Amino acid sequence: MLARPSSDPMVPQVARVVASRRELGDVWTLDIDTGAGGFPFQPGQFNMLYAFGIGEAAISISGDPSKAERLVHTIRSVGKVSDALARLKAGDTVGIRGPFGGGWPVAAAEGHDVVIVAGGLGLAPLRPSLYQLMANRDRFGRIVLLCGARSPNDILYRHELEEWRSRLDIDIDVSVDHASPEWHGNVGVVTTLMPRAGFDPARTVAMICGPEIMMRFSAIELENRGVEPERIYLSMERNMKCAIGRCGHCQFSSDFVCKDGPVATWAHLRRLLSLKEI
Amino acid sequence: MISGMDAIIREHRFFAGLDEPTIQLLAGCARNVVFKPNQYLFRIGEDANEFYLIREGRVALDVVTPGHAAITFQTVGEGEIVGVSWLLPPYKWMHDAHAVDQVRAIGMDAKCLRGKCDADHDVGYEMMRRFLPVLVSRLQATRLQLLDVYGTSA
Repeated sequence: MLARPSSDPMVPQVARVVASRRELGDVWTLDIDTGAGGFPFQPGQFNMLYAFGIGEAAISISGDPSKAERLVHTIRSVGKVSDALARLKAGDTVGIRGPFGGGWPVAAAEGHDVVIVAGGLGLAPLRPSLYQLMANRDRFGRIVLLCGARSPNDILYRHELEEWRSRLDIDIDVSVDHASPEWHGNVGVVTTLMPRAGFDPARTVAMICGPEIMMRFSAIELENRGVEPERIYLSMERNMKCAIGRCGHCQFSSDFVCKDGPVATWAHLRRLLSLKEI
Repeated sequence: MISGMDAIIREHRFFAGLDEPTIQLLAGCARNVVFKPNQYLFRIGEDANEFYLIREGRVALDVVTPGHAAITFQTVGEGEIVGVSWLLPPYKWMHDAHAVDQVRAIGMDAKCLRGKCDADHDVGYEMMRRFLPVLVSRLQATRLQLLDVYGTSA
């Protein structure tokens, strides 16, 4: 349950971890109790999670927006702070600031086909939008989820992907970069799945999250297939510190990713993502 | 020529939009083939005498190093092509290819087609025009795979 709620966005609220589970070798998911008041957020937003005594890191929210009493974060252990966060267990406390940033355009996608392209851990920030899409299935056209991963052992939320696939009202395809012959799925970069995905480019909204180069190539492929750049959304990742657009750590050209992003259109990002100077 | 092969070629995505004389010409080099799951279409080092247009099923392209498990670097499915080594000397396969599930395909006699491309450069140009995008997109995909963009996990 969240304690000491504050209106100051720089002051973390203290919350308790109620569950921790290993997703992949170095990837953990934390369930955090947010109490009766809940923790409303939009799909695609992130929180600053504070490992007390060590530091803060920006982590996307990966749970169901309709279950605001439980905040879910999936964390890859890549440094001191993320490692400390990933090691938190049930009963431990964590500091939370957020939610921050603009999210995925789920409401604006109503009436359209929706193509979601996730690379590696990029499925985590996209999962809240998938929950919303599936909860309101009849408001959308075709829903296509294309997932890329390094190998079959690196597929995030694998059991959940199998559950979603069994719904039969969402098209899910997974491809890994390489595999042993025992793997009976697709092998190749995630963009190779697009020609087989049945969506109408003229009425498609796309949401992409993953490594920047994978997002760039995915957006190019979608645009080549006729999806409007204004309807292709990417989630950017930069070194976020204050999360309110004051410190400048996450500056990306004239944008602050924490405040102006993290989600932005391909029309806006296309040129910027090819500039090595920024 | 097997009866109806021209119709099968006409329907295949890779040959979409070809004119009728070229379809008839290609049909003269084509045959229907079926591979059972795990059956090899070809192996590394063999002569690249035939390439395949997949009609149904999926084919895995593998590389093998002695003492190690094979690594699948690409899968190819319906509407796609298996085999590009037939285009250029020394006309040898550079990897293995095996059927993941039951595969139905059009097998194109590479020697026959090379002869027709040499005899009629318009046909040769048309083949190159269709194969080049496949080669370029595979090159780009390979580049991305080499970048290992998803990083290492434990």
